[in-house]
Amino acid sequence: MSFLNMKGVCKGFGQGSTRVEVLRDINLEIQEGEFVAIVGYSGSGKSTLIQLLSGLSLPDQGTIELDGKRIEGPGPDRGVVFQNYSLLPWLTVLGNIELAVERVFPKYTASQRREHAMRYISMVNLAHASDRRPAELSGGMRQRVSVARALAMQPRILLLDEPLGALDALTRGKLQDEIESIMMAERRTAVLITNDVDEALRLADRVIPLHPGPGAVLGPHFPVPMARPRDRAELNDQPEYRRLSGEINQYLSDLRRGAQGGVAALDPALANLAPVHFKRRRGVANVQTVS
Amino acid sequence: MRHVIAFSETLGLSWVSPFARLISGEDPRRQFRAILLEVGLPLAAIAVFLLFWSVAASSIRTSLGTLPGPAQTIEQAGAMWQEYRAEKAKEKLFYQAQIQRNAARLERNPSARTTAWTYNGKPTYLDQIKTSLVTVFAGFLVATLIAVPVGLVCGLSPTVMGALNPLIQVFKPVSPLAWLPIVTMVVSAVYLGEAAWMPKSFVISAFTVALCSLWPSLVNTALGVASIDKDFINVARVLRLPTSTRITRIYLPAALPLVFAGLRLSLGVGWMVLIAAEMLAQNPGLGKFVWDEFQNGSSVSLARIVVAVLTIGVIGFALDRVMVILQRLASFGRPVQA
Ligand SMILES: Nc1ncnc2c1ncn2[C@@H]1O[C@H](COP(=O)(O)OP(=O)(O)O)[C@@H](O)[C@H]1O
Ligand SMILES: [Mg+2]
Repeated sequence: MSFLNMKGVCKGFGQGSTRVEVLRDINLEIQEGEFVAIVGYSGSGKSTLIQLLSGLSLPDQGTIELDGKRIEGPGPDRGVVFQNYSLLPWLTVLGNIELAVERVFPKYTASQRREHAMRYISMVNLAHASDRRPAELSGGMRQRVSVARALAMQPRILLLDEPLGALDALTRGKLQDEIESIMMAERRTAVLITNDVDEALRLADRVIPLHPGPGAVLGPHFPVPMARPRDRAELNDQPEYRRLSGEINQYLSDLRRGAQGGVAALDPALANLAPVHFKRRRGVANVQTVS
Repeated sequence: MRHVIAFSETLGLSWVSPFARLISGEDPRRQFRAILLEVGLPLAAIAVFLLFWSVAASSIRTSLGTLPGPAQTIEQAGAMWQEYRAEKAKEKLFYQAQIQRNAARLERNPSARTTAWTYNGKPTYLDQIKTSLVTVFAGFLVATLIAVPVGLVCGLSPTVMGALNPLIQVFKPVSPLAWLPIVTMVVSAVYLGEAAWMPKSFVISAFTVALCSLWPSLVNTALGVASIDKDFINVARVLRLPTSTRITRIYLPAALPLVFAGLRLSLGVGWMVLIAAEMLAQNPGLGKFVWDEFQNGSSVSLARIVVAVLTIGVIGFALDRVMVILQRLASFGRPVQA
């Protein structure tokens, strides 16, 4: 019996003729302490999958069980880092985290609560900014707060929905380092959604591509055996890493080519131009960013 | 200096900041340009307006003489200030005389009962301004106490919103002049033991203000709560916040910028309505002042009314600035329309 268990999960939106199946027959097992990354194109249903795991929405069919208990709604035992931070702008960094701590540890005194919150704020290197409001923070800092809030809840599983998607490449790399060291220290079960294969390979124990729909299903699983801590610079030289990166990128670009076949029939000019510009702009040779 | 700049921008007094920047030695050419734009242009417009006013006024003859121009208005404002000083001096004399009188009486007979009368002179212009401000704030307070909770419930529940919406839409555009007779009759019927500190005319004016000014707050509060960012609700759901916490820690703060935008509109409406209400209800404020001067019909009446008009405008502007500050403070760094 695995820790997290999704069986035959389907989810769609709308009714009758306007109904769109977003996820079709998702099956996933995650062991306790495991870090799983799911990579997929934008609009393929990744956020929908996180919503289901968090309990913010319920599956149309199938079941999701956490530690043998069926998920029937949201709760603080699943810490969510939302795609767009979702910090409360009227609370300071400390206030945002204390609100979560207050709910999860109702017996704490004010000073215990503060101490607990500050420990996680320091963990994401934001102790100096603890009394600032979100409007006064950069994107990277906001995302750190969001991570700290989820961690401070000491959830049984951490759900990260493209946490670094909106950040520039430098900040992204730095936060990846931070998340990796935090996860090594905290040893929490986690599901990371990302559109960056490189990021998935740095952080996860297992990478699973999402085969886009309509009616998305999970693709083959790619276990990531590289030892931790995984240094960004060294990683590129490891044959294991190069092999995995190549395989996953190959799988995804096959998907893209398949998807583009459809688009090309409608608009060949667009289909020819898009990928070339896209890769040049990123300027990273062996990292394919799917978005 | 940075604080001065930030503070003046909070106030919406953007013309202060180029001066402050100039003093702190930022690029002088740009600051002079800014000063020209922010200060020179409005001053020029005011000058043109004054010119137009004095020319136009001198050519219009009314039954009370020519329409007062800027010069007569300033002269009358000075006269009204003198009246105020004179009235204050009279009041001071009255109290001095009373103290002496009582002291003398006690000297003659140490067990004598002394009486302390309060001075009962006619209200000065400043007293009338004060009455108007107190009345508008009383009405505004009542309006807020009704509008914000009702708006909150409307925003939380589409059912309640659907039920109340037609009523809101119908009552919102009703003029204060239409409410006043009804409010007058109701207050006269209900408010029997009239207290000295709360005369009927005050209650009538304040309630009329409340009735007319509660709608923008109500509608904006409802909108603010109903249009809350879905992300904030997701946070509340993940934390499984109980309903009361959800309202106080999520819904109300999220709606606060719009609530204050509504309150700002309400106070503006209330101040406009107040003058009309005071005229008709004879509440001793600025509205009654204008009405009395109009009835008076002396040669300086029109100039005094113009002074009142300008006073009303300046106070209305000041109230709006105060609300802008509150609105900005409630917006937590998000931009606000000035
Ligand atoms: N609440 C919703 N109602 C209707 N359609 C939705 C809803 N949420 C998501 N979708 C649709 O489901 C698809 C997948 O969305 P999402 O899970 O957000 O994708 P991703 O996170 O991978 O970019 C999109 O086509 C989106 O339009
Ligand atoms: Mg998404």
